[in-house]
Amino acid sequence: MAETAFLLPDPGDSESAPFWAACAKGELRIQRCTECGRWRMPPRPMCPGCRSLDGEWALASGHGTIWSFVVPHPPLLPAYAEVAPYNVILVELKEDPTIRLVGNLVAGAEAKLDDIDPASIEIGEKVRVVFAEVGDIFLPRWVRLDAGGARGQA
Amino acid sequence: MIVGIGQTRFAKGLEDSELSLACQAISAAIDDAGLAPSEIDGLAMFSMEEGREVEVARNVGLGDVTYFSETGYGGGAGCGVVGHAAMAVATGQCRAAVGWRARKRAAKTSRPWAQVSRRIEGHGQWSRPFGLLRPVDEIAMLTRRYMHEFGATRDHLANVALAFRKHANRNPNATMRDKTLTRDQYMEARWISEPLCLFDNCLETDGALAVVVVPAERAKDLPQPPVYVHSFAQAIPVQHQVMTNYFCEDPLIGPSYACARLLWERSEFKPGDVPVAQIYDAFSPLVPLSLEGYGFCRRGEGAAFTENGALEWPDGRLPTNTSGGGMSEAYVHGFNLVLEGVRQMRGVSTSQIEGAECCLVTSGEGVPTSAVLLRR
Repeated sequence: MAETAFLLPDPGDSESAPFWAACAKGELRIQRCTECGRWRMPPRPMCPGCRSLDGEWALASGHGTIWSFVVPHPPLLPAYAEVAPYNVILVELKEDPTIRLVGNLVAGAEAKLDDIDPASIEIGEKVRVVFAEVGDIFLPRWVRLDAGGARGQA
Repeated sequence: MIVGIGQTRFAKGLEDSELSLACQAISAAIDDAGLAPSEIDGLAMFSMEEGREVEVARNVGLGDVTYFSETGYGGGAGCGVVGHAAMAVATGQCRAAVGWRARKRAAKTSRPWAQVSRRIEGHGQWSRPFGLLRPVDEIAMLTRRYMHEFGATRDHLANVALAFRKHANRNPNATMRDKTLTRDQYMEARWISEPLCLFDNCLETDGALAVVVVPAERAKDLPQPPVYVHSFAQAIPVQHQVMTNYFCEDPLIGPSYACARLLWERSEFKPGDVPVAQIYDAFSPLVPLSLEGYGFCRRGEGAAFTENGALEWPDGRLPTNTSGGGMSEAYVHGFNLVLEGVRQMRGVSTSQIEGAECCLVTSGEGVPTSAVLLRR
């Protein structure tokens, strides 16, 4: 599987760089307002709750719930077509259910993208984050809460 | 008032440039309105338009242009363009405005997922790396959840696709005029992004369409039966994110809800008074979501609304996309829906709803959007 040909974030994007740097350390960090405590994602300069410019990258539990999922089929970019059909899930974070991260349900951090049978996936399943090394980036992916998997967050 | 409409033919792989297509459609609309190019002094267009205002003015031979504006967000812009043109003539910023959309997207190399670079900046970085690549994937995510929460089924989505195809089969200008679609064909079609199949997607089309808008008093002297822009609204709802609108309280409450609030507030007609609608249909599930947002039924009831031929000409509860829409006539960012709304009000649609006093036209659900209520 040519995972290095996946589309990857630009680690030089100043707004989001701390997110990807945390992923490389095995941590899911989400931007949070230091004035009012509101989580916000995607990251941005100002808190829409209190208009503060002061934010931090707070450690999240890494736990969430599958809100929905899709199974893409070609035509897709070549690297993705190779592993299609695969699943893409949308995970509601435990910290704030209005933050829903796009990801993939995998058997473990090192598992292939198409290892899980899409027919087995259900909305409402509890998942926790793992980090998969793809090229020069660590992408957050998700395993079933009761499943094993390297680099999982406590 | 809309007093002129014009369009090019719809096809895959037209040779003309987008600018040329735009000029052809605008020129036809000016002729239909019975105006001279020199009388057009207002321009309203999609910000995604390739041909710019100055080029259009130079090609079509316009006089001094005193108003020009752009509306963003692709499929959400169509009714916004019409609304901006109407506001401009109503406030006297210009005396006659054209609004248009020209689009060449039928070539496979023009699809966005064939063009992206490997490094993703902006909001795409939160979805593209995980293989959520195309608009259809982004809307399929909402669709699965919608099915889960409200019991919508593929049969409901097929109701949408089949109704629009039937209308296209009656429309000589529709891309799918000669291609019928059965429920079996729908059910057996290949997946694009489960739970959406091929026939849940709009077409990819080359073509252009334009409208001419003038103040009511000017319309009296012109040849076509005038069509009023009775009400107009745009909306960017709270904490909205374009297409991947996953970071708000409820992603199934789309921009149409916020747009509908102002649209109906400014109209004597209410949803129950609307006999025909043109609803933005880049993907079939946007239709039930919009039916809910624009108040034709309650939240979660949009799928069931499509049952018993409700969207079909001539006797459905709300005949919708009577030219075939984006899924079966042409996909030109929804601007063909505006022209079909005008034809319904003129009484010249190929699937005419007899005696229709008004017609709702909506633009993209899932993006910053807009809508107009047209009336005779």
